[in-house]
Amino acid sequence: MSTRAHVLVLLVTLSTILFLLRLLRRHKLPARYALLWLSVGGVLVALAASPTALDRASAWAGISYAPATFFLGAITLLFLVVVQFSWELSRLDDRTRDLAEEIAILRIERTGSADEGAPDELAERPE
Amino acid sequence: MPSPSDPAGHRLPPRVPAPATGTYGRRTLVVIPALDEEQALPGVLEELASQLPCADILVVDDGSTDGTAAAARKAGVAVAELPFHVGIGGALQTGFRYAVRHGYEGAVQFDADGQHDATQVRTLLQALEAGADLVIGNRFADAEDSYDVGRVRGRAMGVLRVLVRLLSGQRFVDTSSGFRAFSARMLQYFAKSYPTEYLDSVESLLLACRAGFRVVEVPVHMRPRTMGSPSTRSYKLLYHYLRVIVSMIGQGAPRAENRLTS
Repeated sequence: MSTRAHVLVLLVTLSTILFLLRLLRRHKLPARYALLWLSVGGVLVALAASPTALDRASAWAGISYAPATFFLGAITLLFLVVVQFSWELSRLDDRTRDLAEEIAILRIERTGSADEGAPDELAERPE
Repeated sequence: MPSPSDPAGHRLPPRVPAPATGTYGRRTLVVIPALDEEQALPGVLEELASQLPCADILVVDDGSTDGTAAAARKAGVAVAELPFHVGIGGALQTGFRYAVRHGYEGAVQFDADGQHDATQVRTLLQALEAGADLVIGNRFADAEDSYDVGRVRGRAMGVLRVLVRLLSGQRFVDTSSGFRAFSARMLQYFAKSYPTEYLDSVESLLLACRAGFRVVEVPVHMRPRTMGSPSTRSYKLLYHYLRVIVSMIGQGAPRAENRLTS
């Protein structure tokens, strides 16, 4: 990579990290995700700052085309993140449905107590 | 008789049971999942009330946009209103939870669109009495008023039949029937783990077989749908078949907390 490309990558990576830190400070990003993405950013900075790091890593892994090493790492990481998200999403889905079911059952019981004549401020009343 | 394992914690203790109201000495709850069935529901409730005067009825309104819940309240039955649409599986599970918490000894799943015949509920309950845990009402029982489903659905149901036989080791004719009865321990099982996606009927049948419950099929008479349209779209079936197969692979080892201790 040319020096210009390295500076460009470095700038993009640094601004991404700043963006993440801003999200974190505004409590828009939970700490555990922030930690993940910040460490990804850290690796990118290291790669951009040291031109030969990727080549040396590729040689060590036996990969002759250095960018392939980068893509392999990136795709593996993104794949794992997406699998983790699917898992989390289905868990949230289950919990949401559980709550909806509980609400439906609680609604019956509220109506039931209203029928028995108990004062119920939240019950619907004819205008 | 083996009793279902009871993983303490999640379930609230049953309330003080109300006076016995069930037919055949059982306290039975009729669970009616309903989605936009304002038109058909009053007739269904009226028929159930005249055929099964002692059974309690719970309508589970699965996020209807019409007056389904109001129609049910007008008929004087309990209504569980889900805050948004969760699908048939979630609606049924709501009914099962309610049944378990209120100590019902059995429940019947009944359609809100009027295609199930209320006189046939007794047939299902008799099978429960005989010791079954899950009773499937077979809509194809007699040739004279056989339930016409059309060619594509008919073929699809044939595939399901083979699939279920392979996965459960038991022969069923009407695997996707939504006319069913559940024993108390079946209810406890399904109150926690009823399948939530489409083809819940097939999946729950397989789950019950896998977990060692007694599943039987009994012939019932059917009526053609009076309102609404079938919920099945043939092009979606393939996806759902694959999904059921995958979920059955996932169920290969039943979760320990739900396995029967025999």
